[in-house]
Amino acid sequence: MFESLTEKLESIFKKLRGRGLLKEEDVDAALKEVRLALLEADVNFRVVKDFIQKVKEKAVGKEVLESLTPGQQVIKIVNDELCDLLGGKNSRIQLSPNPPTVIMMVGLHGSGKTTTSAKLAKFFKKEGRRPMLVAADLQRPAAIEQLITLGSQIDTPVFYSKDAKDPVALCRESIKKSKLDARDVLILDTAGRLHIDESLMAELKHVRDAVSPKEVIFVADAMTGQDAVNIAKNFNEQIGIDGIILTKMDGDARGGAAISIRAITGKPIKFIGVGEKIDMLEPFYPERIASRILGMGDVLSLIEQAQKTFEQKEAEKLQEKILGETFTFDDLKEQLKKIRSMGPLENILNMIPGMNKMRGLTVDEKEFVKIEAVINSMTFAERRNHNLLNGSRRKRIAMGSGTTVADVNRVVKQYVELKKMLKMFKGKKGIKLPKIMPF
Amino acid sequence: MGLFERLKDGLAKTRKGFVEKVESIFTREKIDEDTIEELEEILITSDVGIHATQEIVNFLRERVKKGGIGDSASVKESLKKEMISILGSSSPIVLFGEKPFVILTVGVNGVGKTTTIGKLASRFTSQGHSVLLAASDTFRAAAIEQLEIWAKRAGAGIVKHQSGSDPAAVAYDAIESAKHKKTDIVIIDTAGRLHTKSPLMEELKKVRRVVEKATSHAPQEVLLVVDATTGQNALRQAQMFNEAIGVTGVALTKLDGTAKGGIVFAIKKELGIPVRLIGVGEGIDDLRDFDPEEFVEALFD
Ligand SMILES: Nc1nc2c(ncn2[C@@H]2O[C@H](COP(=O)(O)OP(=O)(O)O)[C@@H](O)[C@H]2O)c(=O)[nH]1
Ligand SMILES: [Mg+2]
Repeated sequence: MFESLTEKLESIFKKLRGRGLLKEEDVDAALKEVRLALLEADVNFRVVKDFIQKVKEKAVGKEVLESLTPGQQVIKIVNDELCDLLGGKNSRIQLSPNPPTVIMMVGLHGSGKTTTSAKLAKFFKKEGRRPMLVAADLQRPAAIEQLITLGSQIDTPVFYSKDAKDPVALCRESIKKSKLDARDVLILDTAGRLHIDESLMAELKHVRDAVSPKEVIFVADAMTGQDAVNIAKNFNEQIGIDGIILTKMDGDARGGAAISIRAITGKPIKFIGVGEKIDMLEPFYPERIASRILGMGDVLSLIEQAQKTFEQKEAEKLQEKILGETFTFDDLKEQLKKIRSMGPLENILNMIPGMNKMRGLTVDEKEFVKIEAVINSMTFAERRNHNLLNGSRRKRIAMGSGTTVADVNRVVKQYVELKKMLKMFKGKKGIKLPKIMPF
Repeated sequence: MGLFERLKDGLAKTRKGFVEKVESIFTREKIDEDTIEELEEILITSDVGIHATQEIVNFLRERVKKGGIGDSASVKESLKKEMISILGSSSPIVLFGEKPFVILTVGVNGVGKTTTIGKLASRFTSQGHSVLLAASDTFRAAAIEQLEIWAKRAGAGIVKHQSGSDPAAVAYDAIESAKHKKTDIVIIDTAGRLHTKSPLMEELKKVRRVVEKATSHAPQEVLLVVDATTGQNALRQAQMFNEAIGVTGVALTKLDGTAKGGIVFAIKKELGIPVRLIGVGEGIDDLRDFDPEEFVEALFD
């Protein structure tokens, strides 16, 4: 998909290397492709329509930046607007001043409420809270047992009653119990229900009124199609939601539902679920989702930032070095310095298609300082040939740089891995080094 | 109530939104570009997908241009015919071959596999067949308990191991037991898995291999359960499951909501996999045979 949208745009913009202002025809041609990409990603038809209209208004007549082609310029505007729509970064779950904080999980059948409840409990536990889970799904066979099992896996108590009939009474009871046991976060796992099921939606309202949740979290499957707008609208209007968690983001769904749900509710996406294991819950980053929905990696912002720091020629020089396998510790240091001025390394790596999967490359910001210190303590010869680095040399470097031998080992390992990976780039046809001009 | 009525009943909510929109278009006298664009919107918002939609819409445009269709009524007929022809003829599950008839049920997480198995088992037992369920979802917490409850409701037997054990071994034991007791039908429940996780897809291949080894003809049916709420990713799911273990039919669940499940057009068109069953609720009787004509008919009625 990354290739197809990029390629399509490439062919459109081949003719348009011009500068100056964006013309309406150019914008229309580009947006036609963007529209298809968004529809393919399951963004709702109406939402796409509004979005394209908005982007068009912004784009026509806008000046094309010196460093970009008109195509890139349009994509930049699209990307900015998408991020804007997806909204605020890393919005947290609010805690009540008076415990317990009650969090109510709602959503359709099979959207992932139970697993996500357990993930949230684990999250709060790590934060030093004392969560309790409440098995308020009295509908689905063995739903209670499922939550009990998950609770025991994360060592968190589960409030349940196997012969309870009324979730409202059960949830009310759970609050009393949480106070008795000094539990400060209460997570209610409610039964999945259809947004048009009047009696079950009324039941959910009763639960809400009985427990006054601090947050109602709408749990939605990232694979949801066009109907996401109807579902989210109904839950929001009838129950009132405070936040969204998107599940099953570890699959290959493009996740356009995120945009639909955001557009229709205006509520923040707080977390994404990225796996079946209980710790696989991540904060939400609008830029990542925007690029995933567009199916373009985060190529444009990489280009943008890269252009601020890299000169074209320098990049070419680096590429030559990499291909010539003369990539030394000094080069590593130099690159890290530049990359550092571009923002968090992790983000940079995520922007490069194919790179985000590379393990062992996630360098923590603090690591930069260490890496630099370690390299500074190496001799000239060592920087060019890591094979020289035997035990005693590593010990010396550690002493000299105020780090440990383990740190030195890690830097060397990372360097070797990077070199290996760069070789792979060279060998593989499909993966290209991020060029400065992808169009 | 006849099947058609029941289907229409189950699809009432689905139909309403769709029909209201389509009706308002079809009551117009002349066909113009606006009409076609509105049709495009209806198809896309039903998750038919942009490619299939464009194909259908282009077909209509051609017909209109050639003068084949003059008014809105004939557009309606053309559209219906085109959509029915994509879905092909109806193809419910047909029991054949040596006993036991084995159905392997697969799909991503939470689509309704276990529930569909419960409903299907109940249908078979009420037709007088003996049914054995294999609890091969040994991964998800309390999945075995869930299937046990359904087995009890449906009057079916169950073969289970401990949580965490080898799903292929459970399937094998179930088939051996069925052979021994001359059980008519074995339905294997499996853990939900994303089609992108290769170790989990390998696990499924192993289940299939073991089933093949246990009997020469089985599994006669590999049923992919698809949630009607799912968008374009359902096509990817069908592709990947099909590549891994060969899918013979689709069960489309949760059609009692407002989602239209239009992705089945692409699944049939691209992969040739027919829809066999639809789920229209959480209850044991909320299962219908899928009939393309009635399905399209009910949408446009
Ligand atoms: N409304 C509705 N809910 C369904 C349907 N089929 C399954 N469900 C519900 O979807 C949820 C997930 O079903 P389950 O069978 O556990 O999914 P599995 O993980 O694929 O086995 C449960 O709450 C079911 O009751 C259907 O046709 N309509
Ligand atoms: Mg299941």
